Amino acid sequence: MPWILNKSSGNKNAKKKLVVGWFSFTCSEDSTIMFLELLNDSFFDWKSKIEFRYCRFLKSKNELKDLDVAFVEGAISTQKELDSLKEVRKNCKKLVAIGACAVYGRPASQRNEFDVKTKKEIDFILKRFGYLDKVLALNEVVKVDENVPGCPMNTEKFKEILNKYLMEFKVV
Amino acid sequence: MHKDFEIHLDDISKMEGHTTLDIVVRKGEVKDVKLKISESKRFFTQAVVGKPALSVHQLVCRICGTCSMAHLTCCIESLEYALAIQPSEQTIKLRELSMIGTILRDHAMHLYIFCLPDLLNKDSILDFDESEKHWIEDAFRVKKAGNNLATIVAGRAVHALYPQVGGFSSIPSKDQIKGLVIELKESRDSILDAIDLFYNSPLVFENKTDYVALANKDFSFVKGEITSSNGAIIPEDEFRDHLHSIVIPYSQSLGFKYEGQKYRVGALARLNLNKSSLSKETRKDTNKALSTFPSDDIFDNELAQAIEMLHCVDRAIKILETSEFKEELPLRVTATKGVGIGVIEAPRGTLYHELSIDDQGLIKEGTFVIPTSQNQISMESDIGVLVQKSLQEDTEKEEIEHKIEKLIRAYDPCMTCATHFLKVNWK
Repeated sequence: MPWILNKSSGNKNAKKKLVVGWFSFTCSEDSTIMFLELLNDSFFDWKSKIEFRYCRFLKSKNELKDLDVAFVEGAISTQKELDSLKEVRKNCKKLVAIGACAVYGRPASQRNEFDVKTKKEIDFILKRFGYLDKVLALNEVVKVDENVPGCPMNTEKFKEILNKYLMEFKVV
Repeated sequence: MHKDFEIHLDDISKMEGHTTLDIVVRKGEVKDVKLKISESKRFFTQAVVGKPALSVHQLVCRICGTCSMAHLTCCIESLEYALAIQPSEQTIKLRELSMIGTILRDHAMHLYIFCLPDLLNKDSILDFDESEKHWIEDAFRVKKAGNNLATIVAGRAVHALYPQVGGFSSIPSKDQIKGLVIELKESRDSILDAIDLFYNSPLVFENKTDYVALANKDFSFVKGEITSSNGAIIPEDEFRDHLHSIVIPYSQSLGFKYEGQKYRVGALARLNLNKSSLSKETRKDTNKALSTFPSDDIFDNELAQAIEMLHCVDRAIKILETSEFKEELPLRVTATKGVGIGVIEAPRGTLYHELSIDDQGLIKEGTFVIPTSQNQISMESDIGVLVQKSLQEDTEKEEIEHKIEKLIRAYDPCMTCATHFLKVNWK
């Protein structure tokens, strides 16, 4: 995952915004699509209150640094993803698991239940691309502060948690 | 510029899923191009085995968030083929509306959120100023119209609830239909502005290629004949005789060739092969833009998508205003042994599902041929040609990298879909 350092705005008089990152690991990215649909009605309001410091689907220049909240979608299925998730955890105050794969591991973790024959069939791919033996939910790797379950994510729950953090971090 | 260097683009932004690119240049010549689709696999080809045939579509749609409706529809079609079920005319209309809503939403996401910043020399829609704000308003107006159409017709735009094997479990009400028609009509002017913008795009990249798409007289995304630019019409059952899978060891996706050649699928293919079947209203309002096709310029894929957005609106309005939807229970179905093939046009191109059912009514085997996988070889070829051309023009490395990103984006790849397929022994 590229960490491209970029200068922050540095304007001391600017109103405080919630500094947010959105990350996707092993999943269908259905919750990202739901988030994009929430923007249909909320884009201008959220833009005035949120700094999207890391958001690969919206921008190229991303910075993993001093996030207030990291929204993390998807389960962890490779060593690279595991290391990236730990890096995200180190660089955020709050981490929210988004969607069923992040919260419970499923359905991304379906290979955990494959029989011996099927596991053998896919073994060469697992070795070639550095997959872990088992697919993990986020809370099996790092501390998770909030969960937004659902497949795709429950958008009302997402808005509830976002609003909670907008207040907690004194943006509103 | 130094004539020996490497390009490494990690986790390219503003596209669906994760991908990485490595290019090696020696003495001013492109020696190696590797498009490494790095999206992690979830092994759906294996996961469907042993699942009940009549509910497996709810698993299969979870291959991808944005293409979910396409996988759902294609899977159901293949199961109905296997079980010799003929869906009602109303069911086919509802499926078409579900796909229209999906394609409208998905194309709008790609064009406005991923591609438009490039055209306006901005990194992101987050950087748009007051004079560009109307594009953001247009983006969300059009996306919302597509999202609402899919939600009302299919129960949810992502991982839909109403489509079943044999029918739909719910139908839209008259009031809901009225609201949809208003919203669709209100999005029309926005789409015309987008068509004008992409028609006048300065981005060009031409590379002679073959094209494959489903074609039919209504430009419907859910039926038709598999048509190629070399004039062939391929029966659905025979698609394996013409599409050949290519193992790409550094990518988590297979590639494909058509009759041994690289080819493209997607909106550009659809317009190249079948633009005369677009809605009458669409053709009337896009006459100048349509004269672009047939085209080998991959950036015309963006224009093609914009024109398809208008067709989606016009086609949906026509179906909604001329149809009376009645309560109709899904057909009673028993899953028995059989093999079926589903072929539809997903947003990014032709999608194939082949499922076989055992005598217990469980899935025995599944094969999924994904649009982005079909485009992978063409994408790599285009990147190589683009880089070589840029070297001849003495373009700086950073500018080359930016050009590559724009080219890949023009394909509108979905790495989330492309990566899951694993069937090395293609029969």
